[in-house]
Amino acid sequence: MTAETVSAPGRPEFDPGAEAARATEAILDDTLHGTARGVVVDSPPGAGKSTLVVRAALELARAGRPLMVVAQTNAQVDDLVVRLAEKEPELPVGRLHSSDADPYDRALEELANVRTSAKAQDLAGLPVVLSTAAKWAHVSVDEPWRHAIVDEAYQMRSDALLAVAGLFERALFVGDPGQLDPFSTVGGEQWAGLSYDPSAAAVTTLLAHNPALPQHRLPVSWRLPASAARLVSDAFYPFTPFRSGTGPGERRLALAVASDGSGPDRVIDAAAESGWGLLELPARHTPRTDPEAVRAVAQVVRRLLDRGGAAVSERSPDPVPLTASRIAVGTAHRDQAAAVRAALAALGVSGVTVDTANRLQGREYDVTVVLHPLSGRPDATAFHLETGRLCVLASRHRHACIVVCRAGVDDLLDDYPSTEPVQLGTLVKFPDGWEANHAVLAHLAEHRVRWRP
Amino acid sequence: MSLITTLAQLEAVRTGRAQPAATVRHRHLSAAPLVFVPLTTAGEAGAPLGALVGTDRDAPHLLVVPQPRDRDLRFGFLAELADVVLPYLEAYADAVEPAERTERDSGTGARVKVEVELCADAAQIVVPSRAGVEYVRLLGRSTRFRRTAEQDPQAPHPAPPRVPLLGRWLTHYGERARVPGSSLLLAMTDLLGRHWATGQSTLEDQHLGALLAWIDPPAGGTGAEAAHRAELAREDGQLLCPPAGPATDPAFDNKLLAPAIERYDRARLALAGAEDGLAADGLLRALTEAEREVRDLVESRTRPTWDAVWRGLELLRRLPEGARVEERWTRDRWSFTGHRDRVRSGEPPQPRRDDAVTAANKLAAREREQARLDAQEALDDPLVMAGRRLSGEAFAGEVVDVVMTYSEGRRPSPRPLVTVLTDDRPHLGERVKVYRSLGGRAQTAEFVEQAGDGVLVVRIVDKMGRGKEPEPGSVPEKGDPVCFTLFEHEQRGGARLPEPEDTPWTHGGPPGAEGAVAEAPDAPTEEDVL
Repeated sequence: MTAETVSAPGRPEFDPGAEAARATEAILDDTLHGTARGVVVDSPPGAGKSTLVVRAALELARAGRPLMVVAQTNAQVDDLVVRLAEKEPELPVGRLHSSDADPYDRALEELANVRTSAKAQDLAGLPVVLSTAAKWAHVSVDEPWRHAIVDEAYQMRSDALLAVAGLFERALFVGDPGQLDPFSTVGGEQWAGLSYDPSAAAVTTLLAHNPALPQHRLPVSWRLPASAARLVSDAFYPFTPFRSGTGPGERRLALAVASDGSGPDRVIDAAAESGWGLLELPARHTPRTDPEAVRAVAQVVRRLLDRGGAAVSERSPDPVPLTASRIAVGTAHRDQAAAVRAALAALGVSGVTVDTANRLQGREYDVTVVLHPLSGRPDATAFHLETGRLCVLASRHRHACIVVCRAGVDDLLDDYPSTEPVQLGTLVKFPDGWEANHAVLAHLAEHRVRWRP
Repeated sequence: MSLITTLAQLEAVRTGRAQPAATVRHRHLSAAPLVFVPLTTAGEAGAPLGALVGTDRDAPHLLVVPQPRDRDLRFGFLAELADVVLPYLEAYADAVEPAERTERDSGTGARVKVEVELCADAAQIVVPSRAGVEYVRLLGRSTRFRRTAEQDPQAPHPAPPRVPLLGRWLTHYGERARVPGSSLLLAMTDLLGRHWATGQSTLEDQHLGALLAWIDPPAGGTGAEAAHRAELAREDGQLLCPPAGPATDPAFDNKLLAPAIERYDRARLALAGAEDGLAADGLLRALTEAEREVRDLVESRTRPTWDAVWRGLELLRRLPEGARVEERWTRDRWSFTGHRDRVRSGEPPQPRRDDAVTAANKLAAREREQARLDAQEALDDPLVMAGRRLSGEAFAGEVVDVVMTYSEGRRPSPRPLVTVLTDDRPHLGERVKVYRSLGGRAQTAEFVEQAGDGVLVVRIVDKMGRGKEPEPGSVPEKGDPVCFTLFEHEQRGGARLPEPEDTPWTHGGPPGAEGAVAEAPDAPTEEDVL
């Protein structure tokens, strides 16, 4: 199955705006007027999930239904609070937070109608109260909320939903099924196959027990450029294809300084031209923090900044300079991120986000530089093959994504076919990481720059 | 696998001996553990072939099922096992000390302290390998739902009186073994693997004989050679070092065991067909002889493993116990006492499957115990801490400067800035929290800045008393060695989950809501009755 099916010849021209609006209307209609206790929305990367959550929250508040919003991290909650306040400054909003030091973003204190508290009673009666799943789990109420919105529901674990589900009568579950699955630090094989397996994703449990719930999906990625939407859709969402909101050529990346012919410069040119670039270092088995690869990542970032990149997009008619804050580096492991940070500091670069796939979820940048999870490895474990990890790393960018990798990953994949045991009663996830990795590598190979540092 | 383990393994390969992976013992060892070495029948799930069990190294009880597919003989085995295991468990169940426990008042939800009994010590079972733990679980699962003649006079094959109770205890032990750091039921290969790094893969470490060969090689040889011999050496086609079980070597099954069982079957058949007393006497002697043959075979295959387990215990006892092992053992005692109370109050056996709330509670508890174990092992053992330091999760060094500063606000509190000189490279970010152990409690600090290569500045924020000046000893001084970790030392309690009868709609509602009935034992099938 490919994205071809979406725009078969003879069909009217695909209008992303209209398609997305139609989907949103249907979701809001089910949420506000439906009879089901839950509504599930699948959203591909950058499809306006947060926009949808904010819009649904405002509509529910307008309809006079007390609403609780459950997100997974404090950063996500703060982000939603800020967006709500931007959209409707008059709406009183409650931010329930933990009693740790610095529990929320200081920016919230500037917002007139946002009340913050560590106690749920202090926020009683407000039309909208937001917090993390972990904090909500400690709240007990006499009367449940009429409505809830659960954001990033695919990253929430089933047991976390169990702890909060008693707080609300009905809920809208929004999330991206292609991102990283939640994980547990101990084995949960004992419960594999049970419909309420506590280490499964919350949506999996929800749908296992309530198969008749209406399910929607957002059809358009506004973040991914035309060059990326097709690949990400084919590789990670083969059965639920989506399209980019912008067409080919609407997003451009221009560089003021000409290439000096080095590997990093050539791969930057390839990425500026096509949206993708693969900087391939010679094959070698390396430690996780492969010094050459780490240095290559840092050099690519350095050159991106030095060459005066400018991004042209539908957002503004004038080119926007590509600054450090618009660039991110993604890795699989935390020690790799730390090594890249150190290498960047050594090259005098600051302000570039460097993080693991887990922490980059839900974030958006103009250009991303990715250290391939399998680069230099002698083996391919389930962790490194996880579909969601590669999907997150390959779908954070608005313009271009540059992957730095040792040669030989395709052979490595062939040496390590997935051998995860299949448990009775569990849903087998498609596509598996092995296949998705091959799909992405095959595409990247067309934009390959070989370089011996 | 951590870098330091890899390093130790490389060193083990080079030296030909296992290298220490710990300087203290990280698991509690009972003064009188019950060692259990079970064997199972090939191709017949849950059909025990025999076992060595007991607390006396020199006098194990040998239990044998001469025809493992005979249901009555199997029950006989289980009854004998119950006669050995249950008195051992019950001896611990009766020795108690008073203790306090916080409970939630069911009416008000307030936390109240309750006086309860806590078993002064708990029974500990040691099996040779992880497969042995799995076998304990299997025995528990297959026996706890059995009905005795007293419970159900109509049952066609009633279980001997104490067998279901044995099943409940074994189930509890099997379940507890899944909790990280617990010591009620231990696998010797896991214990040794935790404390030594060998030059072979973790899969090969599952072979108790090979693992011991690396740790304690015979004089004059290397561990690698001894391990190779333990795994492969044969005489007359039979392994010199039989596998630790419960599965047996196929060559043993085919060449020795199967013929012996067949002789036993024939002798039994002949005895059943005996026509007069004189003939019966002779046939009975033949049967006894055939049974003794199977017993000898089982003993010959369990005894080396039995000795190996005790040898392993001996090696482990040479290590001093880690400082926080006792605390974790107390949790095991609570677990033991809890099960004792459930049995005594007449609760039904553990259900076949956990309900949603129980499963979530267990998972949360195990994750908490895993984090606790990781932290405590590092705090107890400099070698483990070295591994965490190497992976950037901790740093140790010397205090080179202390500058007193105060927090802003109406009542300024001390916030001393401590500069540490270290060779470690921790993954610190702005305001990342770090912890150090201060008299067994964790003191929190936050990272301020890196003031040069290997020079880290942290600000201490708590455990300095209430006054304006920090209490003596609560702030490190210049020249003091310190070790800060990026991981927390103590674990917070998890969220409170609903009661099982309040399971929400997202998780299928309360268990049994759709008219499901209480768990019934499996109906006997044709295969059960041979």
